[in-house]
Formats: sequence, structure tokens, C-alpha cells
Amino acid sequence: MNKGWEPKIIAFLCNWCSYPAADLAGVGRMQYPSNIRIIRVPCSARISANLILSALKSGADGVLVSGCHPGDCHYIDGNLYARRRFALLKNLIEFIGIEPGRVNFSWIAASEGGKFADVVKTVSALVKELGPADRMIKSF
Amino acid sequence: MSAINSKITEKIRGKAKELLASEKISAFVGFADGTLPMTSRPFIARNPEDVDRLVFNSFCVVNPAVYLPPLLKSFEPPRRPTDPPPKGPLPKVGILATGCWSRNILIQVQENQIARERVIVLGTGCRGMVDIRKVQSIIDGKEIEKAYELDDMISVSGKGFSEKIPLEDVLRDNCLSCIYPNPVIMDYSVGDQVPERKVDNRFPLVDEIESRSSDQRWEWFQNEISSCIRCYACRNVCPLCYCPTCFVDDSTPQWVGKSLDSSDTSIFHILRAFHCAGRCTNCGSCETVCPMGINMRVLTSKLTKDVIDFYGTEAGLDKEAPLPLTTYGKTDQQDFMVG
Repeated sequence: MNKGWEPKIIAFLCNWCSYPAADLAGVGRMQYPSNIRIIRVPCSARISANLILSALKSGADGVLVSGCHPGDCHYIDGNLYARRRFALLKNLIEFIGIEPGRVNFSWIAASEGGKFADVVKTVSALVKELGPADRMIKSF
Repeated sequence: MSAINSKITEKIRGKAKELLASEKISAFVGFADGTLPMTSRPFIARNPEDVDRLVFNSFCVVNPAVYLPPLLKSFEPPRRPTDPPPKGPLPKVGILATGCWSRNILIQVQENQIARERVIVLGTGCRGMVDIRKVQSIIDGKEIEKAYELDDMISVSGKGFSEKIPLEDVLRDNCLSCIYPNPVIMDYSVGDQVPERKVDNRFPLVDEIESRSSDQRWEWFQNEISSCIRCYACRNVCPLCYCPTCFVDDSTPQWVGKSLDSSDTSIFHILRAFHCAGRCTNCGSCETVCPMGINMRVLTSKLTKDVIDFYGTEAGLDKEAPLPLTTYGKTDQQDFMVG
């Protein structure tokens, strides 16, 4: 592993809960690793397997998908549909040999700035331990 | 020809002829003899004279449900996407269905790809279909010139050899682990019900791979797909794949590159399997048509296993039950969540 290597983690955050939580963490001046690159999406149900795999293909060392807690979805049940898809997707990509910890999911409410900082710390520690991603990256 | 299958063939021909002659259906989807031994090709009979070419044997390996949505559409008057649906009854189509094929027809009905009242299903129990590759490996790849089946045997012969192989030894793996041999929907029965197979473990290969380490699984996966030439035969033959534009053909964004780079091939196989999550009926068409012999069915089997474990359902068994990924439970498991 390169000395001083820092992972790049793509974070897909939902517009209604997790993105405001990131905002709150910033406003509250909570410290968290600067490894994440945030992409704001309307809902966690917007995240398809295509997007997650594209991130990995394009060189992301890790992916974090975060949405509202079950029951709190702005669109009533988007995250509940997403939960089923994520459960199956995570199992499938780990089945074919992507390391557990590369792709992560979480629920963070808009008021949970502290939890957001904690999740980013956890995820970035997980990805750091795995080292740079070498599976799925497309060599151009 | 085996007595059981020739009886089924007779019944299919009789019923299809009757339906076509009385113009109850405009076409019948079944199988005809292929040009090579041990092959049956999908065949669409459009008039009563065609019917005599229909057959049913142990070599009908392609799922005929894949032809239903485009065939039904071809009988509709042309219209623009914004036009209202045509009024009045539309022509019907008949189809032969075994256990897995009928489940796929039911899934297409549930997903609003076809109208149930426009399909007349001729159902039969299925004893399993033959994997040609298994036969070829038994006879060391010699060229088969003649093949015929008895009830429990396959007899193959060619230059300098003649062999009788028990049917059970050369059935496809998905047929050997099949516990739904009888049609779930049918309008007419053309064959007897088949007793359900006693299967201890429906997913032996999945379990074996799950027990390996992450690195070993990656190595296995890369090795498995390394021969993929991306002909997309597995997609084209799949009765679940009816999207007007497949994700592999999207150009902006381009999810899957056109290269043979292993990451593109990996993404193709992961997504192809994932799009079948909670819908696959284990019919084995994808695996059978693969020219490179890639065992991609293990990915959909893994998803089927997880869907059973997590949500306790399987697709295409109950027309009232929604497909697993089109619904949710308030207490679905979420142990995998961080934090």
C-alpha cells in the first residue's frame, strides 16, 4: 500500500435525511474523515446496482449509500423497497468476491449529524483497512 | 422415441391443431426437431398444417416463454406509444408449458407484459431436459450422428460407437435440483403430472462457493467469466429480459463498456443476474445457450436462495403474491447496515 494513501469513497446521500445530516455535521463542526465524495440523490431508492458498480468501475475505493430511516422516507416507502434491493445486492457482490466493507449502506436521519460523522469514520476505517480497490476497476 | 414423450407430442399436436383450425389461437409456440441430433428448436406454428412438426422430447432446452411478449405484440394493430390500447378482443396465442416455463408466463402476466386472457397454456409435467455437454463428455466428444430416447435412456450412436446412457445421468443441473416440475397455470393438460423430485439441497454449488474466502470467490468468478465473449445469448434467451433498451446497450451513461475488459464483463454478469433477482425460475436457458459454457446460473441461484432466506417467497408460484422486489416488509432484515 502506498504510504499516505487515502481512500476515495463515493457517498450517495438522500436529499431528505442523509444529506441534511451531512450539512448538520458541517454546521456543528464535527470532525470526520475527508475521504468521502458526496453525490446527492432524491431518495435511496434512486440508487440502482448500476450506479454502485459504476462507482467501483471508475475507481472508487468504497461506496456508501445512505437514506432515511425506515418509515421516515419522504416518498413514504422508497427506502423500504431499496432495503430489499440492497440486501440482495450486497450479498451478490460479496458472493462474487468483492470484499465486505467496500459497499456500505446506512440509515441516517436529518437530525443525526453526529451519527453521520460516526458512519463516515467507520466506513473510511473499513475501506482503509482493505486498501486500494483492485477488483472491478476498469483499466483504460 | 420415448413412449411418454410421444404421447405428449400427440396430445400437443391434437390440441394445437384443434385450436388453430377453429381460429381460437393465431399461433402456437412449441418445439420442432432441430437439424442436429439431440436438438429441438423453438417453433411457432401459424396454421394447422404446421402442427405436425411440433414435438416434445428431452431436448427442449429453451424456455419458449421468451417468445410470448413479442409474438402477442405482433398480432396487435400498429400504434404509437401515446395511442390508446386497441379495443375489442385481440388474437390469442397458444403455448406449451412445463413447470418453469409456466412460472415464467405467470411472471410476465404479473409484470403486465402479457395479458393472461390472450394466452392459452397447454401444460405438461416435465421430467427434466438433457444437457448435451454431459452427453458429449460421456462419449469423449465423439460426433453424434443419431440419437433417440427411450423412457429412461438416451441412445446415441456415431462412427464406431453406440451407447445407451441413463437419462438421469445427463439431465441438466437445474432440472436435477428442480422441485416444481408441474405447470402452475394451464388451460389444457397435455401430459401427466410428474412426481416432485426429492432434493436435499437445491443450491449445492452456491453453498460450496459461499464457504470459500473472498479472494477465492473473486478468483473463481474471474475464471468463470474470462471466456465470456459477450454475445448476450443469455440475455436474449431469458424470458425475464424484455426491456426495450437493455442496460448493456445504453450509451449515456454507458454502464457496460463494449470492451472485453474483465470489469465490463463482471458488471454485465452481476447486473444481468441482479435484474433477475426474485424473478428467476431456474429454467436454465441462459446456461444452456451459452456458447462458452459459462455457469452463470449460479449467480441467479444465489439470488433465489437469498430471496427464499430473507423473504420466504419464490417467484411465479402464486399469481396473487407480488414479486419479492415489488413489495416490502416493515421488518425486513437489515443486519448489513452500518451504524
